[in-house]
Amino acid sequence: MYLGKVIGRVVASEKNDVLEGKTLLLVRRLPQGPVVVAVDAVGAGAGETVYVCRGREAAYAFKPEEVPTEATVVAIVDNIERE
Amino acid sequence: MIIARVVGNVVASQKQLSHEGKKILLLQPLDLKDEPMGELVVALDAVDAGVGDRVLAVQEGFSAMTSVGHIESPIDAAVIGVIDLVEIE
Amino acid sequence: MLLGRIIGTVVATRKDPRLEGKKLLICRPVDPDGNDEKGYIVAVDTVHAGFREQVLIVQGSSARMASGCKDTPVDAAIVGIVDQVSQD
Repeated sequence: MYLGKVIGRVVASEKNDVLEGKTLLLVRRLPQGPVVVAVDAVGAGAGETVYVCRGREAAYAFKPEEVPTEATVVAIVDNIERE
Repeated sequence: MIIARVVGNVVASQKQLSHEGKKILLLQPLDLKDEPMGELVVALDAVDAGVGDRVLAVQEGFSAMTSVGHIESPIDAAVIGVIDLVEIE
Repeated sequence: MLLGRIIGTVVATRKDPRLEGKKLLICRPVDPDGNDEKGYIVAVDTVHAGFREQVLIVQGSSARMASGCKDTPVDAAIVGIVDQVSQD
């Protein structure tokens, strides 16, 4: 997984059936990574820090639905405790 | 597997059920001179590692999921060992 | 799969129990001529490879298909010791 900041959302009225009703978020990998489109599984919104599951595992967030995603927002980060 | 330093604990109250009750660690992957290398990684903890520990992390779904006991979950990385020693020739 | 050279070992006492008794080796990827490439991989040894030996490494979920790695949390395994690489 990796940390990201939600910087926006993507609206696509024409999309794969199983993506119906799902929110597509624009997420920038922190600290200064690329921007990816990730499917939201936790109700995240713009400005929030989140972490993203990538790869085939990302689809398990929606089981038993089989959602064609390789990036899913699986948590909203409240805080990071560093030493 | 990669060698990494635990640099933080991630606190997230709103998250996937399969991540509940697990320690969520922020990792900085290291090169063989113990210098930071590459992007930060978020991983679930399977061995009670903590901030400052040098750890072995796996970045593959089945390995990560089974090490924390949640199969078919959105988990792509886990800490599976606390490193005592790295020997380089 | 990729070619690598054994350059070190990792010792971890506190680890996933499925890794007990497995040797964790640090491999430097090499090109077909044996020149070092960037980075490193920590891989589980399945062939009794030793320091400096050139080896064959399988990565990803396929690593668990190596003998002795079934159902273990392993994303890289050493599956062969290379005798020779010949190029056309």
